[in-house]
Amino acid sequence: MKLTSPTRFGAVALTGVLALTLAACSSTSSAEPGESTGTAGGGSATELSGSLAGAGASSQEKAVAGWIAGFNDTYPDVAVSYDAAGSGGGREQFLAGGVQFAGSDAALKPEELTKATERCFGGEALELPLYISPIAVVYNLKGVDAEHLQLSAATIAKIFNRDITSWDDPAIAAENPDVTLPSTAIIPVNRNDESGTTENFTEYLAAASDGAWPHEASGDWPLSGGQSGKGTQGMIDTVSGADGAIGYADASRAGDLGTVALKVGDEYVPFSAEAAAKVVDASPAAADATDKRLVVELDRTTTEKGAYPLVLVSYSIACSTYDSESDANNVKAYLSYVASPEGQERAADPSVAGSAPISDDLRTKVQAAIDAITVAS
Amino acid sequence: MAVTTSTPPQRGADPDVPADAAAAVRAASTGRVASRVFAGLSTGAGVLILVTLAAVAVFLVLEAWPALTASSEDLEAISWFNASSVAAYVGPLVFGTLLASVLALLLAVPVSIGIALFISHYAPRRLAQGLGYLIDLLAAIPSVVYGLWGALWLIGQLDPVFTWLSSTLGFVPLFEGYQAPAKNVLSASVVLAVMILPIITAVSREVFLQTPRLHEEASLALGATRWEMVRMAVLPFGRSGVISAAMLGLGRALGETMAVLMVISPGFLYSFFLLKPGQHQTIAANIASKFPESSGLSVSALIATGLALFVVTFAVNFAARWIIARRAEFSGAN
Repeated sequence: MKLTSPTRFGAVALTGVLALTLAACSSTSSAEPGESTGTAGGGSATELSGSLAGAGASSQEKAVAGWIAGFNDTYPDVAVSYDAAGSGGGREQFLAGGVQFAGSDAALKPEELTKATERCFGGEALELPLYISPIAVVYNLKGVDAEHLQLSAATIAKIFNRDITSWDDPAIAAENPDVTLPSTAIIPVNRNDESGTTENFTEYLAAASDGAWPHEASGDWPLSGGQSGKGTQGMIDTVSGADGAIGYADASRAGDLGTVALKVGDEYVPFSAEAAAKVVDASPAAADATDKRLVVELDRTTTEKGAYPLVLVSYSIACSTYDSESDANNVKAYLSYVASPEGQERAADPSVAGSAPISDDLRTKVQAAIDAITVAS
Repeated sequence: MAVTTSTPPQRGADPDVPADAAAAVRAASTGRVASRVFAGLSTGAGVLILVTLAAVAVFLVLEAWPALTASSEDLEAISWFNASSVAAYVGPLVFGTLLASVLALLLAVPVSIGIALFISHYAPRRLAQGLGYLIDLLAAIPSVVYGLWGALWLIGQLDPVFTWLSSTLGFVPLFEGYQAPAKNVLSASVVLAVMILPIITAVSREVFLQTPRLHEEASLALGATRWEMVRMAVLPFGRSGVISAAMLGLGRALGETMAVLMVISPGFLYSFFLLKPGQHQTIAANIASKFPESSGLSVSALIATGLALFVVTFAVNFAARWIIARRAEFSGAN
């Protein structure tokens, strides 16, 4: 109980702030007065009730579990569920009206946007990049005590494409002048299940390696006949299992394995939450993004100082318009919690998901989009 | 003698005979009802198993149908579908499944026969009993536990063995190109072998125990040593039983999911490189690995592979029946 009471206080304080911002917003929006008082009534947290269903990306699953727990501290009467059916399945369910929000590693496709207008009662879909997770290139190499090996995307691509087969290869040595490299054979390890981590990793290699990666970005590993593991745990176990192995995994799960500092511009950047959030801020908005659909075109080739371009961004997808007041209020309150510093910190906890909290700039934009959620008249 | 002494009182009780007969008739009639009920129940159970089997088959065919009839473009749109038809996709999987299972059988059967013979003919009675319980206990361990054991412990232990195998026998293509960690088909087979050991041992032990005492004693009386007795009397008698035990084990190995899933680095090749990673995958493990993120046609494609496993298992069992039937004359059980 001692542990929970401070979070309770935080939550109540947050709700107060939330109520104020929502009230401020409702005066500018064209919503009916009845609706705005309903939302502003969030000051007494327990007024929200009902159920809120979501489905989608399994990458977000742990973070969502943390968010639901945190959200229920403030709104215990809202039953929130999340079915980790995969990004595609989540978008499908959302567009069919089966769930109120979805999690997806990819933005809605053009044909899905048309369906979204229909599903959202003439409104627009919200796409909010609320889950940013750095991916680490992990290695198991005995006799190397450097904190991070330094590698460029091109070198990593050659390693994973099996063009570089030994750790003392000149290409690796040239990037790590201060490290004595053993002649151990390199064992590249990939994920053998379809995964967003693989998709983002191959996308990074394809974009940033200057042609050293001859394959396209894909959620399924393009090469066959190598070591692989199922899921993040399988990957970590496999890399841990052999000297000289290298793989890629959600950074929060790297554990004792060495992690690579990626070459960005002229520097080498190890992964960190700030560096991961930075690349999202430094990336341009997608061509068809709006102030509700905050889709970013991740700039894998960024030269921004201190940005870490190997990240996975997963979107929370919702509607700008719902037909029932309780849905609108519940989604609004839930997403506001997720976007809040408290929600983002909760997911960033390594025991929850170890994600990177979004920047304040992004939060302002996200909150503006959430505030615009209304009830269909 | 007892019969003659007991006859006089029976005769004296003659007047009661009709009543006794009536009771007997009554008993017989309730017996007849009970027997009819029991016959009905057991027939029902027999029919139920057929219905279940048919229902599973129908389900598999219906659910697999969209994939079986889909165009190759549609199938290739599935991200992990690296073939142009279901048959081309299932082929390497069937090969991998059979390879892993047969290897497991090759490893497990000799050891099982050894254990079974030790329990039935060599061990002191008390030890034999304890060992028997232990073997049955092994059969009760869930396969996911074997998978964990294989993935977290066994792979590390096999590493030096495989390294040696690859460096000394590497000229044989079978053992060429080992790469650590030992996530290859041979490791999976070792785990499978341990898993099917108990069932093969248990069945073989029962069969060996039924060797007619006279056969054994006759061979010993002819001056045979214990080993010669086992070779001449026990093994020929138990042969068909051991074969059916092996087939039971094979059935379990064919359908095993978790242990393979957790141990192997999968690949989709017709390859006999036992120590290379990323060469083989089994049907059951592939379904478990792909299913969570599948929807629509990709689910159908996975179910089609399940249908293939169903057919393969059937074929293996029929083959086993045929072998046993052919060798029936050796079996004293008939």
